[in-house]
Amino acid sequence: MSTATKQLDELIGREYQHGFYSPLQTDSVPRGLSEDTIRLISAKKNEPEFMLDWRLKAYQHWLTMAEPRWANLHHPPIDYQDIFYYSAPKSEKDGPHSLTDIDPELLRTYEKLGIPLKEQEVLAGVAVDAVFDSVSVATTFKEKLAELGIIFCPFSEAVHKHPDLIQQYLGTVVPYTDNFYASLNSATFSDGSFCYIPPDVRCPMELSTYFRINAKNTGQFERTLIIADENAYVSYLEGCTAPMRDENQLHAAVVELIALEGARIKYATVQNWYPGDKQGRGGIYNFVTKRGDCRGNNSHISWTQVETGSAITWKYPSVILRGDNAIGEFYSVALTNYFQQADTGTKMIHIGRNTKSTVLSKGISAGHGQNSYRGLIKVLPSAENARNYTQCDSLLLGDKCGAHTFPYIEVKNPSAKVEHEASTSRIGEDQLFYCTQRGISTEDAVSMIVSGFCKAVFQELPMEFAVEAQKLLGVSLEGSTG
Amino acid sequence: MLTINNLHVAIDGKEILRGLNLNVNAGEVHAIMGPNGSGKSTLAQVLAGREGYQITAGSAYYMEQDLLAMTTEQRARDGVFLAFQYPVEIPGVSIALFLKTALNTIRKQRGLPELDAIDFLNLMRNKMQQLDMDESFLSRAVNDGFSGGEKKRNEILQMTVLEPKLLILDETDSGLDIDALKLVADSVNSMRNPNRAIILVTHYQRLLDYIVPDLVHVLLQGRIIKSGGAALARELEKHGYGWVEAESTSRQVA
Amino acid sequence: MSTQLESWRNMALEFVPHALAGHDVPRVLAARQSAFTRFAEHGFPTRREEEWKYTDVSAIGRRTSLAPDNIPPDPSFEAKLLAWSIASEGMHLMVFVNGHYDHTLSMTDHLPHDIRLTSLAYLLDDTSHFSEKFFDKKFIAHDFFDKKHEHTTFSALNNAFATDGAVLYLAPDMVLDVPIYLLFIASGRGAAIYPRNIIIAGENSRAKIIEHYIGTLDVHNFTNAMTQINIAAGAEIEHCKLLQEGPAATHIAGIHAEQATGSLFISHAFTLGGHLCRNDITTQLNGTNSHCELNGLYLMNERQHVDHHTRIDHIAPESSSQEHYRGVLDGSAHGVFNGKVVVHPRAVKTNAHQVNHNLLLSRQAEVDTKPQLEIFADDVQCTHGVTVGQLDEDSLFYLRSRGIDADLARSVLTYGFANDIIERVSVPYLRTRIEHLVLDRLPQGDQVKDLL
Repeated sequence: MSTATKQLDELIGREYQHGFYSPLQTDSVPRGLSEDTIRLISAKKNEPEFMLDWRLKAYQHWLTMAEPRWANLHHPPIDYQDIFYYSAPKSEKDGPHSLTDIDPELLRTYEKLGIPLKEQEVLAGVAVDAVFDSVSVATTFKEKLAELGIIFCPFSEAVHKHPDLIQQYLGTVVPYTDNFYASLNSATFSDGSFCYIPPDVRCPMELSTYFRINAKNTGQFERTLIIADENAYVSYLEGCTAPMRDENQLHAAVVELIALEGARIKYATVQNWYPGDKQGRGGIYNFVTKRGDCRGNNSHISWTQVETGSAITWKYPSVILRGDNAIGEFYSVALTNYFQQADTGTKMIHIGRNTKSTVLSKGISAGHGQNSYRGLIKVLPSAENARNYTQCDSLLLGDKCGAHTFPYIEVKNPSAKVEHEASTSRIGEDQLFYCTQRGISTEDAVSMIVSGFCKAVFQELPMEFAVEAQKLLGVSLEGSTG
Repeated sequence: MLTINNLHVAIDGKEILRGLNLNVNAGEVHAIMGPNGSGKSTLAQVLAGREGYQITAGSAYYMEQDLLAMTTEQRARDGVFLAFQYPVEIPGVSIALFLKTALNTIRKQRGLPELDAIDFLNLMRNKMQQLDMDESFLSRAVNDGFSGGEKKRNEILQMTVLEPKLLILDETDSGLDIDALKLVADSVNSMRNPNRAIILVTHYQRLLDYIVPDLVHVLLQGRIIKSGGAALARELEKHGYGWVEAESTSRQVA
Repeated sequence: MSTQLESWRNMALEFVPHALAGHDVPRVLAARQSAFTRFAEHGFPTRREEEWKYTDVSAIGRRTSLAPDNIPPDPSFEAKLLAWSIASEGMHLMVFVNGHYDHTLSMTDHLPHDIRLTSLAYLLDDTSHFSEKFFDKKFIAHDFFDKKHEHTTFSALNNAFATDGAVLYLAPDMVLDVPIYLLFIASGRGAAIYPRNIIIAGENSRAKIIEHYIGTLDVHNFTNAMTQINIAAGAEIEHCKLLQEGPAATHIAGIHAEQATGSLFISHAFTLGGHLCRNDITTQLNGTNSHCELNGLYLMNERQHVDHHTRIDHIAPESSSQEHYRGVLDGSAHGVFNGKVVVHPRAVKTNAHQVNHNLLLSRQAEVDTKPQLEIFADDVQCTHGVTVGQLDEDSLFYLRSRGIDADLARSVLTYGFANDIIERVSVPYLRTRIEHLVLDRLPQGDQVKDLL
């Protein structure tokens, strides 16, 4: 084995060093799922009748369904009766009391990512002072948004304050019958975000900082609903650019986006949940259903994702291009290291005339990671002059990982033009040698080449986010953090 | 032969030609010069019948027929030939098949018998020799993998084989070295005769050193703003398009 | 869901092997019976299975005849004429009618001595024929009925019901310049036809094999064919399958190759006729430095359905594969392409390249394509590309600007599109034949034919 290969092996084989803190016991509804659990969840949240009915219908449907098996993923069976479906927000006294209680490795990662101290506390789950900035910051944001008529609040709050909007839009993109995990989510969802942008309003800020601060303890069954009314614009940044403290094994979130005529929604995700250890023990199972509906003419939805965490990622952010001239985009970087498995991609369903979609997927496999791109481009007979361009590239590091592509292309209209390109490459020893010969460390060289590989996707992220995502990628690749 | 009156053409609502007038008689060679974006190529494409252009006003008559009402292939069969600036590549279709198909449809229109394989091959050999082209050219797919020069030569070959009445050469000189340029010029010159008209669309004066035009027109912002004899091209070369532009603006102001 | 059994389960098909070639050789009979059991356990595939997602074969299970006939009917005059014309081209010809060898129409007299070309039924009926120097006694048990050849449930059915087919053995270093032409004629009404071909190419041997399926009658014949090809080190096999079934016929087939070091396998699949056609074409690159080229052209119209599933397994290092598939779909035709390339962990320095281009010529036509890469080794170069679209507007304009009318221009361009695949065939006779078959399907194709 050449020196360069050896170095590469060492690099990607290094132990995960985030050192997650041990799980904390919380006040919960008893383990397991039944109609009673759902009634209890709904009652705890003091939900209106319609919400409970919807949950129960979802539960009844879920009982008739089986876990999907088509994905290129392997995991031991999940016991759905061994899960807590409701955790009350963790009480302050249970958490670590200050940053000194936190694993220094985790803090080092935060530092590397350049996250401010106060935010580090929030992210690490430190019980912070009630008058901490976040609350006031959040309030300031909220007031500013309210002036414009923008509604942005926790889902549970929206159920009470805006039941009409919830009833009008909830489940219209991802019905509770959609798939096994979406049904489970519909029955049990804990909380999430609700966002409504009124007609002709351009949301003046990236809805990110707010979310980051409020994202703690949202639970494992998140539900997000975003509606951009006619000619509205919103850019939404989900999740957290730092490793989120989270010890839930199973995540089954649902995100629904609705863009009415002329509206535009940009939705970006950076996900770095616990990927499990070097032997593939532990880690988050992330089964997410994300779908956008370009309901009106000239609407536009873009998904951008950087997926570096989780032991298993099952996720296909999709766009239904219903309106004429609608545009759907999907930009993705998925990295798998250790024993991580990712089966991710997108669906673009062309229904309206002159609809356009672009798919750009970059998969990076290292260690024993298995990375699959699974995509569907479907052009229905009504979609006159539909256009799609798909590019999916894979980069392999080391010889124990795998890269797979499963692109499905279904065309039922002759005026469609669909193009798909894919390539697979590796970081060559000659490339590494060239870099090291110029004095660049192997680590930096790998990180440099990977950044170049992902550049086209990072360009789709808001500036500040892109910088963090790039750093995160470096950190994850370091195997992780050197 | 060709009379264009007040022609207005737009692409996607953007006006490219704004009231162009041009009169070309049989036996004449006209050069249309202008900077990039002046509408030269649009004019060439519209005359050949390219779809996607909106003709918002004006008319064009070719041999007493309403040119703009004719389909692309009718125009070609009646003798309109466009040498493309960027000839398209057609993988899988050999030049022999392509040209034989074109030639025989045009011959049919002219009331001539179709050529059989042997006559066609003889004709091609003859024409290709004149253009210094290898016979193997015939079996290659149309423009597929051709160099820039080969593509242009292929256009000229087609021109000499199809014997059109109105030749429109769209920037045929671009990308050619001096030897190839002379060869093209020789072919075009050999086609000059009292029954044929030629329109040279070009950016540079270079080609006009070898094909001396009867008339030179300067096209700017969709209109012909100046016309003159062959000397005008040399003036342009010396002073650039800015010179005519300034002159025309000052005239407008006056 | 209906619990009614598919009709084939009521047909006592398990007794069919008793009437087929080799029925009095216990080993053969037993192998056929166990293959049938494996088939029956699974039954015909449904669209719920990933590999059959876009192709519905449920109608096969509802056929009233699935057992092969024992005495084939007389082929049509046109079919005989075709056989004679091929023989007169000097090619080595074996003709099969409804899956039974017809020696009167065949012409194998001029074969060199080191080449064995035999009817499979002849070998199966009497295993003593295996004692001849070219065939090993274990051949039947190990190579023919082996489960490893059951790539689909149809392969198991073929193992159980195969009537006859060609068995070709090329001795090492044997180079055969004249192609071997296997002509399969579907005749009669509603017949079930099970051909099975076996090609064994010794080291450094070389041959070209044409497998041509023709059915002229508008009847509901069902062909379930399988060809297995074993290519030893340094050998080169060019295989061309021409599918020209009748308009109501169903054709499900497999071509499965295994390649040793330094070998070359070229496969062409031309699917030009049939109501429901499916080809599963696979190759395993078991030896280093082996190379394969899979080419295909499907040209479908009306309510025809065509499905090509290819799979290339790069198992040894430094192997390469090239795949070019093109489809032209008109009328309400439905085209399916699934190209899988698997690069196994040991297969470093693999070079795999795959493209699938589709032309949709009508509003009702449909194409579903899935180029699939599965890569388990890092030092590889793999690409794939897919396009679906119409004829290029710029090309159309170019032709029209030269006086060619729009319809003829479309036919010329469609021909050019198809020609990319046709010209990859090295046998001139076949190239011309396919060219003409393609042009017969295009408007004013005769005109293009005259011009060629």
